[in-house]
Amino acid sequence: MLTVRQTRLAWLLVLPTLLVVAFVAGYPLAQVFYYSFHRADISFVEPTEFVGFKNYIFLLQDPDFRGALWNTLRFTFVSVFLETVLGLAIALVIHSNFKGRGIVRAAILIPWAIPTVVSAKMWQWMLNDIYGVINVILVNTGLVANKIAFLANPNTVLWAMVAVDVWKTTPFMALLLLAGLQLIPADIYEAADIDGASRWQQFWTLTLPLLTPALVVALIFRTLDALRVFDVIFVMVGVNTATRSLAIYNRQTLIDFQDLGYGSTVSVAILVIIFLFVFLYMRVAGRGVRGED
Amino acid sequence: MRTKGLGYYVGRVLFYALVVFIVIYSVFPFYWAVVSSFKTSDALFSPNPSFLPTPFTLTHYQNVFSGAAFGRNLINSLIVAGGATLICLVLGVLAAYALGRLRFPPKNAVLYIVLAMTMFPQVSVLSGMFVLLRETGLFNTHAGLILSYLLFTLPFTVWVLTGYFRGLPRELEEAAYVDGASPMQTLLQVMLPLTGPGLVTTGLLAFIAAWNEYLFALTFTIGNNVRTVPVAIASFGGATPFEIPWGSIMAASVVVTVPLVILVLIFQQRIVAGLTAGAVKG
Repeated sequence: MLTVRQTRLAWLLVLPTLLVVAFVAGYPLAQVFYYSFHRADISFVEPTEFVGFKNYIFLLQDPDFRGALWNTLRFTFVSVFLETVLGLAIALVIHSNFKGRGIVRAAILIPWAIPTVVSAKMWQWMLNDIYGVINVILVNTGLVANKIAFLANPNTVLWAMVAVDVWKTTPFMALLLLAGLQLIPADIYEAADIDGASRWQQFWTLTLPLLTPALVVALIFRTLDALRVFDVIFVMVGVNTATRSLAIYNRQTLIDFQDLGYGSTVSVAILVIIFLFVFLYMRVAGRGVRGED
Repeated sequence: MRTKGLGYYVGRVLFYALVVFIVIYSVFPFYWAVVSSFKTSDALFSPNPSFLPTPFTLTHYQNVFSGAAFGRNLINSLIVAGGATLICLVLGVLAAYALGRLRFPPKNAVLYIVLAMTMFPQVSVLSGMFVLLRETGLFNTHAGLILSYLLFTLPFTVWVLTGYFRGLPRELEEAAYVDGASPMQTLLQVMLPLTGPGLVTTGLLAFIAAWNEYLFALTFTIGNNVRTVPVAIASFGGATPFEIPWGSIMAASVVVTVPLVILVLIFQQRIVAGLTAGAVKG
């Protein structure tokens, strides 16, 4: 009796959330798929017309889409790689016992707490080609002879974006990896000490394998985040071909070009790309985790 | 007793050098924004900028608040982030209690739907959300922005709170049932007070996410009536396109960031726990 009542109550409690999910995710997603097969403009001046796979065929031949995909992949791989290495180093530092680790943990939370738009503006100011403090330091210490226009040069601008993203998101990586480190029992290191294993050996044979589950989760989160990068790039340099990411291209087609049909097709493509990454990671993670058990 | 060798001290020095580097790397950009926001324009554009806010001025802060717009933007941000947080906490607590504590056969299906929602990118529903907001007449309204923010705040809240409810001891619930309380009474009078810390953490994380959101705010608002702070800061312009008012931008940045930094430092432990709970259980 109680269980039937419980189940009914449970449905009642979950219902509002399910309705909201259907409304803010299900419905818009359905619209995106619908319009991806249509020719439509976002202000509906022209009548919407079914065009089959025409948008998708155009997508495959669209050099701008390919450029955006290439920028996004380079941005994602390099920034996630750097964040992982730096995050792991910071996590290991905080995990070791020393005076002042509280200060370090508080300090790394600051980049995380700062809004991405603000972080973009702060770095835009620091990277300013004439007055930016980074150029001042580089020139005054003699590291470079002339000031560098980081954000105007097409060869450096994407890497400047990577640097800003790494600064902002490494703390998240570090905190996830720190949580993983804290799950590793301390006594296995004592055993390794007795066996005479060096710190370096211990890191590669104990820490890293045992940290794999946490590492995979952190990698999934950060990769998915980096693949949809928008704020940093849009705020710092706007829309330009050297840095245009998939998300920026998507908004450009929708809002600037008013193309609801093709813009929706780009959205579907982004979804597919993200799910490919999720699928890939899940397979790798599944294998890794099974290996652990 | 063995004395510590030279290697030990070299190691310690290198270690602390790394510690100092991490702290400076994390804090310096924000420090620089604060310093810049208090400098006179002459000092800002000096070829040899000082690392201290000299000569000191509050002009940039006065400039930021002298126009009506930025105050309006701040209020908008508070309404939108506060509204989204409140709604997702109420809905999230109800759903999470059912998912974490009650007999509910399609529990896993619902959790997977919620998890899938956290994974798909905001931009990929941009056009659909645009259509939705226009059809419902919510385009360029606070309510519309709040609604669109539930897309990313609600799944996270449900996910983390479900974990909190699961972690509570079963005896409490059983004692309440023995006393004749209904499941709803049990939730409100016994379980809810115990999830207080969880509510604070998830609420804070949802608030921060909504406060910082840019893409939807940029796309679904026109003009300053609804526009939130991130959009305002990103579009801060000078008198001419060549004159970027860096002092004012930094002052505005400091204004919106300082409350967040203080909140985060106060609730440090809980935020770290909440972040990792949200991720590690995935």
